[in-house]
Amino acid sequence: MKQEIKGGPLTRLIMNDVAGRRMMMIILAIAIIVPFCNLVFPEGSALHVSTYTMTLLGKYLCYALLAVSVDLIWGYCGILSLGHGAFFALGGYAMGMYLMRQIGDRGVYANPDLPDFMVFLNWTEVPWYWFGFDQFWFAMVMVLAVPGILAFVFGALAFRSRVTGVYLSIITQALTYALMLAFFRNDMGFGGNNGLTDFKDILGFDLQADSTRAALFFASGIALILGYLISRFIVTSKLGRVLVAIRDSESRARFLGYRVEWYKLFVFVVSAMLAGVAGALYVPQVGIINPGEFAPINSIEMIIWVAVGGRGTLFGAVIGAVLVNYAKTYFTGAFAELWLFMLGGLFVLTTLYLPKGVVGLWAQMKDKFMSSGGGGNSGITTGSSSGKSSDQKTSKEAEGNA
Amino acid sequence: MLFAFVLYTVVVAGAEASPMKPNTALHAVAQELIDAGYREKQAVTERLTTIDDPKTLLFMQIMVEGDLYYRKDDRVVVIKGDDAVTTFFSGEEVTLESKRDIKKISVNNKLRVLLRSGIARLQIFSDDPEMRMQAAVNLLKSAEDLDQTTLEEALDKEENSDVRDVLLLVKGIRMLEADTEKERLQGVSYLSGSLYPDVRGALANYRRAAEADSRTEEIQAADEALKKIESLLSLNSVAENLYFGLALGAVLLLAAIGLAITFGVMGVINMAHGEMIMLGAYTTYVVQQLMPDHIGMSLAVAVPAAFLVSGLVGVAIERGVIRHLYGRPLETLLATFGISLVLQQAVRSIFSPLNREVATPDWMAGTFMINPALELTFNRLYIIIFSLMVLALLALILKRTLFGLQMRAVTMNRPMASSMGIRTGWVDALTFGLGSGIAGIAGVALSQLTNVGPNMGQAYIIDSFMVVVFGGVGNLWGTLVGAMSLGVVNKLLEPWAGAVVAKILVLIFIILFIQKRPRGLFALKGRAADMG
Repeated sequence: MKQEIKGGPLTRLIMNDVAGRRMMMIILAIAIIVPFCNLVFPEGSALHVSTYTMTLLGKYLCYALLAVSVDLIWGYCGILSLGHGAFFALGGYAMGMYLMRQIGDRGVYANPDLPDFMVFLNWTEVPWYWFGFDQFWFAMVMVLAVPGILAFVFGALAFRSRVTGVYLSIITQALTYALMLAFFRNDMGFGGNNGLTDFKDILGFDLQADSTRAALFFASGIALILGYLISRFIVTSKLGRVLVAIRDSESRARFLGYRVEWYKLFVFVVSAMLAGVAGALYVPQVGIINPGEFAPINSIEMIIWVAVGGRGTLFGAVIGAVLVNYAKTYFTGAFAELWLFMLGGLFVLTTLYLPKGVVGLWAQMKDKFMSSGGGGNSGITTGSSSGKSSDQKTSKEAEGNA
Repeated sequence: MLFAFVLYTVVVAGAEASPMKPNTALHAVAQELIDAGYREKQAVTERLTTIDDPKTLLFMQIMVEGDLYYRKDDRVVVIKGDDAVTTFFSGEEVTLESKRDIKKISVNNKLRVLLRSGIARLQIFSDDPEMRMQAAVNLLKSAEDLDQTTLEEALDKEENSDVRDVLLLVKGIRMLEADTEKERLQGVSYLSGSLYPDVRGALANYRRAAEADSRTEEIQAADEALKKIESLLSLNSVAENLYFGLALGAVLLLAAIGLAITFGVMGVINMAHGEMIMLGAYTTYVVQQLMPDHIGMSLAVAVPAAFLVSGLVGVAIERGVIRHLYGRPLETLLATFGISLVLQQAVRSIFSPLNREVATPDWMAGTFMINPALELTFNRLYIIIFSLMVLALLALILKRTLFGLQMRAVTMNRPMASSMGIRTGWVDALTFGLGSGIAGIAGVALSQLTNVGPNMGQAYIIDSFMVVVFGGVGNLWGTLVGAMSLGVVNKLLEPWAGAVVAKILVLIFIILFIQKRPRGLFALKGRAADMG
């Protein structure tokens, strides 16, 4: 870490980021091994990964990418967006619209032109904003463009008029709330309450087939790695340093002559696009997108993934997203009553005792370990500390576990 | 049926007060009615209408409703109510062995017409102005119940101007069917601008008739009269929406006042604010469970109880969590959000995830009439008054008490306040407790308007923040103006855009407004403004 490794931009980017590099390798390995195990080994084999598990892990990968996008603006630029779920959902809707058009005449009403819900509403033609979504490339452009443009317009307004801190948080929350209300309306032409669902295939491949799911899983893994690298590239660049300066003291950065609002706007738009991509990969895997994704609580939950993992580290966000979501899957299944207590407690404990998240705990632990004469350990294996560990006492316990 | 039931209770109440012996004249007529056939009944009924007896009116009203019976064995006249049978003259409850023990004193259409006009005449010459008013309004529906001479007589005798106005409308409706055009036009002129739906209906009918005979001048007159009514009605609906808007504003105000303290004065982002409201609402529920026989009083008990419950929880939150996070607003936001999840789940575990039923006391129910087409509900009025009272109380605490002084001192300059001997930690805790307690009071009020469930706090948190941010942080007047204007704008947009779109528009408006004035409507000036 201490020594800067020279070389081409990519080499420098990857070689100077030990923890991130290791994590990316793990993700790459997972992205290859899980689909492989799912497809090659027969059901019942010890090495078989069920399609359910793969889909679940694929969901986690999408969440991880989303967490990276949140960490990029919150961890590095101090913008606490409580509306990032909106960008995620918009990316998801763009993908959902493409998948809807792919259904063609296989819907319940067998209408070749109109999706089922439009037939149900007695619409006679597809509204103009659905135009082009039967083309995959167009939908993919929109996955980036729609969140990007919204973030640009919203950010340009907010940052230029210097809406900062909690005010920004509150109006981003209002934004996603307004979008949720809007998408719940049937007249909006996005399926209203039910959202978009009953997808059949993507690019001609059956969405229910294991091979398609495996490909989507692989794509999610790659997207996460690319998203991480892009974010990493941004935060290690000179621009990234300005972002950190803005985070630590916005007015000082402004007085030093930086056009703070443009820096913030840039990173906000990039973050929104990453969130959009995460949403687009999420939708074909879970098979539905509905206005519930805009709910303000979802956006706040994303923040806690980052906070638990470790704000301002990017790879910490990935760890946090996976940890919290694994805990959520486990607890909502096993003790549904307890989950909200856990999540709430997690919010409180993390902010009080774990300001640097699990990743920070790891560094803290390592410091202690080193000073007491032990050897270092490698890899990101802090998962065992379960994110609940907090103060000195529990971190000692975690040390014992490791 | 309801009308009959009301009458019935009146009878019982009256009878209990002074048991009366069967009055001879009325009683005799009643006996005659039992035996008479329809043809004889007509004559008897005509006599009935002239009997000067306080119970005659009631007798006719029950008879026309078809609820008048007699017992076969002893020929006692009885009233058949919805769930009991009582004797007419003595008001005693009668237990029947079989339904056939009593027989209806039947009425046909001719008798009904006779009875109605008899009732109308009796009522219109009653001593009670309210009864006369009621009769006059009923006459609008069926103007033919009263013959012309009686109507004129009533108009001459009437001293109460309100009743007179209605009687003139009745006259106007009758004149619409007059033979000469001049008279009919005169009738239209009487009716123009009246808000009674029956008048409007009569005018519309008249216009149709005029159209059928193509009497152009009359069509024009009717159109003008109707247009005037329409414009008055639309004015009415604006007034009604304004009232709804003020009520919504009052709800927003109640929800936001507590936040104006915790967020506005202390700068703490309390995402668990909505849950403080919820706790207040649940306190109301618990109080009502504890005193099921005194629902009317329950709110008076619930207000202080809710203040205490939410306030104590607030103090606990401040001491336990927020104290450690001062100066880190974003972390405070996350931690309090966590607390809100815990509180929601706690309520869900204790009370069940379903909505709880909170009873509304009788004095909250009811409406008052501004004009015939505009009735406003009392509970909204109470909410408006209550919210203003809470705001005034809070302003008093802030401006006139030692605690308020210390609170403002700590907000302005913490180290200096501390040096002056103020226990800043305590002031913080109590301030947060005050804000939370007021949220609890808001919960009591909201329990009367909306569902009480674990998620109710969520519904108000975004709105509350919008109000505080829109009004200007740290300014109670800003909160008042912010809440009222958002409420009114929302309700005025609703008929035009629909509820959801109105809400979206308001949200967008606030988002844009914040861009223009990031510190809200009434921004603090000077040094305090830089600290946010």
